[in-house]
Amino acid sequence: MQAKTTILSLPKEEFVHPGTRACTGCGLAIAYRVGLKALGKDTILIVPPSCLTVLQGLFPIASTKLPCLNVTFASTAAAATGILAALKTQGKEHTTVAAWAGDGGTSDIGLQALSGAAERGDNFIYLCYDNEGYMNTGVQRSGTTPIGAITANTPFKGKLQQKKEVPAIMAAHNLSYVATCSAAYPLDLFDKIRKCIDMPGTKYFHIHIPCPPGWGYDPRYGIKIGRLAVETGYYDLYEIVNGEFKLTAASEKLVEKRKLIPVREYFRAQSRFKILTDAQIEDIQKQINTKWERYYKKED
Amino acid sequence: MHIIENGNVAAALGVKLCRANVIAAYPITPQTPLTEKLSEYVESGEMKAEYIPVESEHSALAVCIAASSAGARSFTATSANGLLYMHEQVQWAAGARLPIVMCVVNRAVGAPWNVWNDQQDSISQRDTGWIQMYCSDHQQIIDSVIKAYWLAEKVSIPIMVCYDGYILSHTYMPFDAPDQEQVDAFLPPFKPDYALNTEKPANLNTVTLPDVRMDVRGELAHGYMEIRYLLQEEMRAALAVAAEAEKRFADIFGRGGDPYIEPYLCDDAEYIAVGLGSLTYQLRVCVDALRKEGLKVGVMGVRFYRPFPDVAIANALKGKKGVIVFEKALSYGYEGALVSDLKSALYEHLAGTGDLPMVQNFIAGIGGRDIRTEDLTQTLRAATKSRVAKEPVWIGLKL
Repeated sequence: MQAKTTILSLPKEEFVHPGTRACTGCGLAIAYRVGLKALGKDTILIVPPSCLTVLQGLFPIASTKLPCLNVTFASTAAAATGILAALKTQGKEHTTVAAWAGDGGTSDIGLQALSGAAERGDNFIYLCYDNEGYMNTGVQRSGTTPIGAITANTPFKGKLQQKKEVPAIMAAHNLSYVATCSAAYPLDLFDKIRKCIDMPGTKYFHIHIPCPPGWGYDPRYGIKIGRLAVETGYYDLYEIVNGEFKLTAASEKLVEKRKLIPVREYFRAQSRFKILTDAQIEDIQKQINTKWERYYKKED
Repeated sequence: MHIIENGNVAAALGVKLCRANVIAAYPITPQTPLTEKLSEYVESGEMKAEYIPVESEHSALAVCIAASSAGARSFTATSANGLLYMHEQVQWAAGARLPIVMCVVNRAVGAPWNVWNDQQDSISQRDTGWIQMYCSDHQQIIDSVIKAYWLAEKVSIPIMVCYDGYILSHTYMPFDAPDQEQVDAFLPPFKPDYALNTEKPANLNTVTLPDVRMDVRGELAHGYMEIRYLLQEEMRAALAVAAEAEKRFADIFGRGGDPYIEPYLCDDAEYIAVGLGSLTYQLRVCVDALRKEGLKVGVMGVRFYRPFPDVAIANALKGKKGVIVFEKALSYGYEGALVSDLKSALYEHLAGTGDLPMVQNFIAGIGGRDIRTEDLTQTLRAATKSRVAKEPVWIGLKL
């Protein structure tokens, strides 16, 4: 087991200039800053249209200090393949290729290219930052918007369908590494990136990203809400290493504690869930409890 | 070395001789034998390149865009709906000024499904900012691929090398496959001004504002409009660079001619048939027959469609009695795209001079409908006699 990184041992070198165009309290700004520290200087990034495109700045000014290729919405993972192929012909296989895409760009329009690259076993890290909607275009529903969330195009009834389980889809590609993370636990993200960086083939990260304007909460509560998602057992932090599933970090601790915060607290802290009835919340609570009973049993 | 092979192999050989670094492709008829051949070259070790069997055409061009951005000479090929599925990426490659070469093995587009030849696929990509070259035989296919890499890398604009599906892609003809040394002498290794690298980071294709903007050093950087204006200007300037490519090519390989048009018996002709691709070689047979009847006819192939060689075309057609444009595609709701462009060039350069020829438009071979040489000859003969009332006229239509 590698030593856990702390705020004191985190590398000092910054790859994101201060003063990005992210919204106040943006969870992505945290994950991106720490994630790039983990990826390091010898990295080429790929970014499709998303909040990150905006965060990075407007030509000719860029907030990212690493080389970065902006690509079309549906082509992120294929672009990673292209850069890898070029690097291979140039003998630069030491360079890390990392794609950062939003949840719409991953679970919806980018899924085909991602599946293709993963099936080919292309050696790169794909990071999906999941703020649970098309936040950059004004908060429309995506494949990963959770049930019950009000968005700009599910305005009254909230989203009626379940969140698409992209990490499970990616795990079905038999990847060497699949992990879930949260902007509320940036050091966990750092450690997980460092852990898998030399593993073969495609590595997939799914990062839960609290979004103040999209989720409806005061920007200062982003970390609190991100943590609530984990501590209520609603969003789980785990790794799937060569097919082996394991809860990690704060979620792993929950197994030891065997005590979850009621999910109501997570829902009631955000205005996007305001139409969820007590009965619906109770129903979701039951699903969470069932899921966690399975985790406890596995541990026993 | 002279060999007998099909058109797809001619293209594949050209790509191999150009030492492409990265090849990405998705199967579509009639392009498949071309990319199968490339996979064979790479897998056997005969060609040193990365061959990526992607999951879609959109990704095929994505791989080329990214590889080219990272400094690799890139190639893909497609046909019909594959090209249409790429459309977003086609525009992107041009906007990003990447010298990708793509063979378009011309095929009709759906719906309804049709796998046979016409040119609606590449013609529909006319306004994407790509250079388009059209080939009439196998020699032109292999030569065009080689010239295309030199030109694309010189002007930083991607190039489509278009040739007719089946008629050229699947037929066997003798042609000269140049020596590697000759090609190496013609085409230096790809060295872009900037390629993605970790020593000198840059953020490519970022959001660019409508107006110019100051960078951190206080220097003005282009707005979106300036970037797009330069694409147009450099596309027009590419016409002269294409002539340079043709001359360099002729010096090394000992063949070539006019880079823009390919005239046949045009000097003394009163009427000239115009077209793109293999159809113009079929029209030579008609012209030969009509010459025996005493009709002064010629045929002119347009080799370069974008940038449009308006001056060369206007000069070639100046003072002729009639121009008859045959097309395997059209801009629905009006007429063939080529005839519109041609008329615009004639108006621009010849209006008011008294040298403006009459122009007629015929549509043929849509969806692979057999183009009978007798029908073409008859059409051409009739077009020299009088103007047909309703245009464009569809040849061989059974309604």
